[in-house]
Amino acid sequence: MTEMPTYKKKDFVSDQEVKWCPGCGDYAILSSVQLAMTKIGKEKKDIVFVSGIGCSSRFPYYMDTYGMHTIHGRAPGFATGLKLANPNLEVWLVTGDGDGLSIGGNHLIHILRRNVNVNIILFNNEIYGLTKGQYSPTSEPGLITKSSPYGSIDRSFSIASLAIGAGSTFFAKTIDTDPKHMMEVFQAASEHNGTSMIEVYQNCLIFNDKIHDAYTNRMKRDDTTLRLKHGEPMIFGKEKNKGIHWGGDKPEVVTIGENKISESDLMVHDEKDIFKAHMYSAFHHPEFPVPLGVLRKVERPVYEEGVIHQINQVTEKKGKGDISKLLKSGETWEVK
Amino acid sequence: MNELQSVVIRFSGDSGDGMQLTGTQFSNTSALMGNDIATFPDFPAEIRAPQGTIAGVSGFQIHIGASEINTPGDEADVLVAMNPAALKANLDMLKKGGTIIANIDAFTENNFKKCGYEGNPLGAQELKGYKVIEAKITSQTLEALKDFDMDAKAKARCKNFYALGMTYYMFGRELEPTMRWVKDKFAKKPILIDANIVALKAGRNYADTIEEAIVPYKIPPAKIAPGTYRQINGNTGVAWGFIQAAESAGLNLYLGSYPITPATDILHELAKQKNFNVTTFQAEDEIAGICSAIGAAFGGALAITTSSGPGIALKGEAMGLAMMYELPLVVVNVQRGGPSTGLPTKTEQSDLFQAFYGRNGESPLIIVAASKPNDCFLMAYEAARLALEMMTPVILLSDGYIANGTEPWRLPDLKKDYPKIKTKLFDKAPKEGEKFQAYQRDDLLVRRWAIPGTPGLEHRIGGLEKELGTGNVSYDPSNHEEMCHIRAKKVENATEIIPLQEVEGKQTGDLLVVSWGGTYGATHMAVKKMQEEGKSVTLMHLKYLNPMPKNVEKILKGFKKVLICELNLGQMKDILNAKFNLGASGYNKVQGLPFKISELYEAFEKELKKK
Repeated sequence: MTEMPTYKKKDFVSDQEVKWCPGCGDYAILSSVQLAMTKIGKEKKDIVFVSGIGCSSRFPYYMDTYGMHTIHGRAPGFATGLKLANPNLEVWLVTGDGDGLSIGGNHLIHILRRNVNVNIILFNNEIYGLTKGQYSPTSEPGLITKSSPYGSIDRSFSIASLAIGAGSTFFAKTIDTDPKHMMEVFQAASEHNGTSMIEVYQNCLIFNDKIHDAYTNRMKRDDTTLRLKHGEPMIFGKEKNKGIHWGGDKPEVVTIGENKISESDLMVHDEKDIFKAHMYSAFHHPEFPVPLGVLRKVERPVYEEGVIHQINQVTEKKGKGDISKLLKSGETWEVK
Repeated sequence: MNELQSVVIRFSGDSGDGMQLTGTQFSNTSALMGNDIATFPDFPAEIRAPQGTIAGVSGFQIHIGASEINTPGDEADVLVAMNPAALKANLDMLKKGGTIIANIDAFTENNFKKCGYEGNPLGAQELKGYKVIEAKITSQTLEALKDFDMDAKAKARCKNFYALGMTYYMFGRELEPTMRWVKDKFAKKPILIDANIVALKAGRNYADTIEEAIVPYKIPPAKIAPGTYRQINGNTGVAWGFIQAAESAGLNLYLGSYPITPATDILHELAKQKNFNVTTFQAEDEIAGICSAIGAAFGGALAITTSSGPGIALKGEAMGLAMMYELPLVVVNVQRGGPSTGLPTKTEQSDLFQAFYGRNGESPLIIVAASKPNDCFLMAYEAARLALEMMTPVILLSDGYIANGTEPWRLPDLKKDYPKIKTKLFDKAPKEGEKFQAYQRDDLLVRRWAIPGTPGLEHRIGGLEKELGTGNVSYDPSNHEEMCHIRAKKVENATEIIPLQEVEGKQTGDLLVVSWGGTYGATHMAVKKMQEEGKSVTLMHLKYLNPMPKNVEKILKGFKKVLICELNLGQMKDILNAKFNLGASGYNKVQGLPFKISELYEAFEKELKKK
C-alpha cells in the first residue's frame, strides 16, 4: 500500500486566476474547502469537483484536482454517472440556490433520494449573481430585484425541509464568515457514506449584500445561531445561557436560570432523529436561532454500492458474460 | 401441395389478444424451417385501449419466403382478424382478393358499434372479392378446453393459439417449435402447456377439415448463406452491439437512460446483462440520463444514452457539452413519428436535421445510421468505435421500424469481424518531465482521455471555450474561431477511419437511388427489381451520415438523376443538395409507416421517365 501523501493547502490551489467579485463570500468557502481537502485522507488524483452553472459553479477551475464544469442544474447527473463508473472517487458537487434548486431542483431531490456518496455544497445567497441579480427560489417574498421591480411574489424554499423531505442522509448548515466551522462541516461531510448536503449561507455583496447578516455577522451570530452537536443540549447565545426547550406541544427559546430552567431541561440534539430534523428545518430567524452544524446524519444503503453489489451477484449467479453464448441464446438454426 | 415463393400474414386483434406473441411464434417457426423472414409489429400507443375499439387494435405482420426477404411485405395475403375492429383497421393492408380469417364469435352487434360498422361487414359489399373464412375461434377454443380445470376467461385466452394453428395448417408449418416454446414458457404452470397445445392442434385440425375453404401451401426453404442464424430485432442488436464494443475496447459499459417508446427495450435488454460488466441507470429524466453518461465517460466507461426524438431534444445541451469536452459518448435515437409527442409507436426518419443541427453553436457530431434489424449490432459497435477513437459524441440513428422488426441474422465471427478498439486512454502518471495538456492532439486532432484516479493528470474540463492545447478557459476571439475549426475538422477527420461508400449496381448510369438508415430493405428490393428488368438504376444506401465517406460526391455525380428516398419531407435531400450542389429530387413519405417496395418501384419508374 502506498502511503497517503501529506498535503498543504497550496497543493489544492490551481493555476487559474480566481474571478469572483472582490469581497465575495465564495473566497472564504474556497479557502475552507482547500484546507479541508488536506484533512480528509484522500489522494488528489481521486478527488473530483463537479459543478453546474452560476458564480459558485466556477469552483472546480480553482481546485487543483480533477474537475467538471457542466451545464445549468445538471451536476447531480454527472456526479452520479462518475461515481457509478468509479466508486472510489471522492466527488464534490458545488452548486447554488438557482442552479441546485431552480433549474436543477429535480436532479437534487433524486440524488438525495438515491443516496449517492457525493458531497454537495450549496452556496445560498438568495439571488442569481451571474445573470446580474434576479430573485431565486430561496429569496424571501417581496425582494426587489431587476426581474421583480415591485417585489417578488414567489414563496421561498426551506432548503433543510426540502433535503430532509427528499431523504437526505446528511444535512448540515454553515456560514461563509466562519472558516473553522465550514472546515469542520466539510470534513464531516466527507466522512459520511452517502449524499452529504451542506447549505452555506453565502453573501453576494453586489446583488444581495448582507442578506444573511443577522446570523452570519461576527458581532451578532452567537445570539442568533445554534451550534448543533450530537448528544449535547441545545444551548446558544453569547453568554451560553439560551436554549431550546420542549414547550409541551412545540419547541421554545428559553433562558437558563429563568423560570426554573436549567441546562438539563433543554432538548438534546440527536442527528438520527427524523422528527427533530424536521423541527430544526422550521427554525427561522428571528423567532428561533438558525441551526448550524450537522442537523441530520444517518446510515442508509449507498446507491452505487447497491448497483455494484447487484452486478456482482448476477455475475456470480450467471458467470461472467460470454458474448458468443449471448448471441446463441434462444433459438438458433444452421444453414448448410 | 402447392408451392409459394413468399407469403405475408397479418395477425390482428385487441391489444390483449396476444397477437404479438402469435406473430412471433409464426415467424420463429418459419425461420427454423429455413425460410427467410421479416416481421413488423404494429401496436398502438395505448397499453390497453377499450376492448373492441380501433384504438386498441394490435397487429403483427410477417413476410416469409423461399427467396430473399427484406421487408415485412407491402400487403398481406392473409389477414387474421380476431374482432371487427381488427378487420376495419387492417383491411386496407390486405391485398385485393386476399384471405380473411375472421373470429366470428367476436362479430357481434356490440362490437360492430364499438368500431363504427353499421352491421356485419362479413358478406357485405365491402368484402366482395376477398376470400372470407368464418371461424368460431373463441367458442371452438372453449369447446376444445371444456375438460380443463380453468375458468372461461383463462380458456378464452388460448384462442390466439387456435388461430395460430389454423395458419400453421394453411402454410404447412411444423407445430414442434411452438410446442417446445410453450413447454418452456409455462414450465411452472403445466395446465397452460396442455391448454395451449390443445388449442393449437384444434385450430390446425379445424383448418384441415374445411378443405374446400383452405388449400394448404408450402413455402420451401430459402437459399441463404451458410452459417448459424438467429432472429434479432434492432433494439436487441443495438444493446448487444454495445456489449461487444465495450469488450473490444476493454471497458465497462454504462447506460444512462429514461424510458421512452420505442427505445426503452435497449434499456430493458442491457439491464438484464449485468454479468457483462454493464451498469444501467434509469435516471429521473432524459437530461439526467445523458449527463450521467457523460459523467461515466469522464470516469473511463464506454458511456451511452438511449432515447427517441423528444428525449433527444431534451439532451441537446448536454450533447453540445460532451462535444465541447471531447469525451466519447454514443447517443442513440430510435426515431418515431414527430414532431412533439407525434406518433410514439410508429416509424419515421424525421430527426435527421435534429441530429445534424439540433444544438446551439458550432457543434457537429459524428452521425451513423443502422439499415436493418440485423445491422444494428454492427452499427452500435461502429458508433462506439468512432466515439472512442475520435473522442467525440456519436449519434446512432435507428427507428421504430427496425427497432421492433425482426429478421434472421447470421452470427458473425466476433474475433475476426469485431477487432479490438484502440481507445485514447491515458491512465498512467506522466513520466518525469513529461508535460500533460488535456487538449493536446494527435494527427487526426484527437485528444487523449485522461481519467480521474490517474496521478499527475489532474485537470478541469468545462463548457466554457477552451484555450488551444491547455484547455484553460479562454475568451480570446481568434482562439474561439480556431477551436471551432479544430472541433469541426476533427469530426471531418473521421472519414479516415470509416469505410468507403459502396453501391448496388453500376458506378454510373441513369438513376441513382439514395437512401439511408432503416429504409434499406425496401429500397434494396425495389432497385433490385428494376435492375432485373435491365434498367440503369443503382442504389447508394448511406450508413455513415456525418462525415460521409470520401467517395460519396463522386458517386452522386456519376448519374443523370439522383432520387433521395426517405421517411420525412426531404431532410437528406436538402443536406446533399446543399453539400454537393446536386439538384436531386426526393421521394418522401410521412405516414408513420415504412416504404412499400411497390411505391418505390413506381417512383423510380416515374423518375426515369421524367424529362
